[in-house]
Amino acid sequence: MIVRRAVDGIDERLDATSFVKRNLRKVFPDHWSFMLGELALYSFVLLILTGIFLSFFYVASSSQTVYLGPYAPMQGQTVSQAYESVLRLSFEVRAGLVMRQTHHWAALIFMASVVAHVVRVFFTGAFRKPREISWLIGIGLLIGGIAAGFSGYSLPDDLLSGTGLRIIYSAVLSIPVVGTWLAFLLFGGEFPSSELLPRLFVMHILLIPLLLLSLLGAHLAVVWHQTHTQFRGPGTTEDTVRGIPVWPRFALKGIGVAFMTFAVIAMLGGLAQINPVWFYGPFVPYTAPAPAQPDFYVGWLEGLLRLWPNWEFSAFGHTVGELFLPAVVVPGIIFTALALWPFVEARVRRDTAAHHYAQRPREAPVRSGIGAAGITMFIVLMLAGSNDVLAKYLLIEVDTLNSVLLVLLFTLPAVVGLLTFWICRDLGRRGTRPIENPPRVALRRKGDGGFDAAHVSPASPADREDVP
Amino acid sequence: MSERRDTRGAERWIAICFAVSILAALGLFAVYAAGGQTQAEGALLALALGGIGAGLLLWAKRLMADIPHETQPRHRPPGPDELESAAAAIEGGVDEIRRRRFLTRMLLGAAGALGLAALFPLRSLGQAPGDSLFVTDWTPGARLVTADGELVTADTLETNSFTTVFPEGFVGSADSQAVLIRVEPDQLQLPPDRAAGAPGGLVVYSKICTHAGCPLGLYLAATQELRCPCHQSTFNVLDGAKPVYGPAPRPLPQLPIEIGDDGVLHATGDFTEPVGPSFWDMPS
Repeated sequence: MIVRRAVDGIDERLDATSFVKRNLRKVFPDHWSFMLGELALYSFVLLILTGIFLSFFYVASSSQTVYLGPYAPMQGQTVSQAYESVLRLSFEVRAGLVMRQTHHWAALIFMASVVAHVVRVFFTGAFRKPREISWLIGIGLLIGGIAAGFSGYSLPDDLLSGTGLRIIYSAVLSIPVVGTWLAFLLFGGEFPSSELLPRLFVMHILLIPLLLLSLLGAHLAVVWHQTHTQFRGPGTTEDTVRGIPVWPRFALKGIGVAFMTFAVIAMLGGLAQINPVWFYGPFVPYTAPAPAQPDFYVGWLEGLLRLWPNWEFSAFGHTVGELFLPAVVVPGIIFTALALWPFVEARVRRDTAAHHYAQRPREAPVRSGIGAAGITMFIVLMLAGSNDVLAKYLLIEVDTLNSVLLVLLFTLPAVVGLLTFWICRDLGRRGTRPIENPPRVALRRKGDGGFDAAHVSPASPADREDVP
Repeated sequence: MSERRDTRGAERWIAICFAVSILAALGLFAVYAAGGQTQAEGALLALALGGIGAGLLLWAKRLMADIPHETQPRHRPPGPDELESAAAAIEGGVDEIRRRRFLTRMLLGAAGALGLAALFPLRSLGQAPGDSLFVTDWTPGARLVTADGELVTADTLETNSFTTVFPEGFVGSADSQAVLIRVEPDQLQLPPDRAAGAPGGLVVYSKICTHAGCPLGLYLAATQELRCPCHQSTFNVLDGAKPVYGPAPRPLPQLPIEIGDDGVLHATGDFTEPVGPSFWDMPS
């Protein structure tokens, strides 16, 4: 009754019934892999909720102060106000540590879901026309997510994050012509400047979230407008979408998954320690932690820096720093290639048609091979980004490990890519359900005891159509 | 009949999920009131949220299983006629504006000028680099002190050991940080013009890695090398801190020092080159 009156009340003013009815009845196809993007969305919601709480306690200042809080090993030490506020948040503010750790875990899970979602969209060809815009926005979200994560874990002003900032500063410094000015404008002067923390704070809690929110809104609106891709199945066609209506079942499932995501992240936040900045100590410009590791989504960049040869160029009496290629050019090329992939693929395939079916990886063996090679490359680079830790566990010298990783970086992606290509091509030939309808071979026993393949009947062609 | 039993069973499980959630939330009140405990908070929060999540999922899956799949048409791309009329509507407006060519140009000029003017506040974001990347706080005569501020004398260090040093009065200075290493004097192979700056096997290098600017924290005494903990760039202390491994492209700049009459070490000038990673204006 109350619901009815509320709906009537809104409708009389906004004339919204047809809009609401149409959208509540809108159907969404169901497949587990379509949940990955949802996970990213829900962890983002949790990031905002916990982040708001944290922002009330964080002090963005590098002014030095003497720590007098309850954490005994740090008492009497001179630390920055930022670092002190993070210790206070962790040890004195009730529920502060669980919020902080939940925030950090949510960031990791957000990035992991975004990456998994990008991978899903890539391997199923869901980026194809007419969904290139969603893909581009998605790549923007990926880059924005890395920026959000990096600016966030730099805020506590601990030794680890200070070292990361120093590396980024050096990378900006290496850019030809404008690098020095750019570094001074971005960082507020020579590193470490007192302008830096307030600036990072504004980036982390205002600029980047605003960007992410707008992109996210656009991403969802486009998906809603264009309808979701789906796999071939009973009763599906290219021109229709088959699934369950948003209201109530799909919505309830979505909200249920959201709460489960919150639950898992909250559990991690309470039980699994993360970024214990009190162990790293405050940022001191003349010490560096060893071993030092960034969060996983920056790991491949760190690996690139560790494996890159010490090439430095001079041009017109100027210097192009060593970092320019591995820290600026190569990541730039990788993200550009990723963003342009849908257009390049359409051009190569001479494909101008709109596609609404999601493909199976086997339907596009070349793309799947390239994708698998790319993922392998990222994994090798990530391992290289933690080569010091890895070497310690493997009981070998870092130098030896680096040589091995360098070889793997060039060979392993090729091997994995080719293998994926072959498997996909073969699976594609055999159809979706090779066991239900296997190629039949009649064997004939020969006089000498051997066998002879007398007759081979291939899988029926109808099977290739993926119609069960 | 069995379907109804199934429904009843599902309802019971969903109710249990929500009950767990309520209890966990009450538990959260209790933990918070008792002073808070991170692990308990995390576990109870997980139960409170997970109870709602699991309940909703069961509800959707078990009690709404009979909601049928539906098929709907996808969004249709506009036909050529629609595209044509939309394009015509836009072009009509553009033509209307473009007709006043002079005014259009003036408007573009005004927008461009305003855009340029709007860029200027960016200049306020940082000081001009000037020569700040070329100079440090080391000056001729500056005495060497440790991170604790104690003066460094010729016999502060044992042979084959190292310490971090700063110019007196600038302890902690990020770009002036340096390492003082004592080696056997006859093992040092510095360029002739720099040998005088390392009296008695006491040699000072910038502590900032020439790769990505990390402080060089590791001294490998066995091979007399400095190693960066970030990306493993390694520098040969005896051979003018030339890079021998890793991504660092340039040797560490050396700080020329002297032993004063009182035995205290002091600099005779600034570093031989700009410290830290390379930048565009660094002479090649």
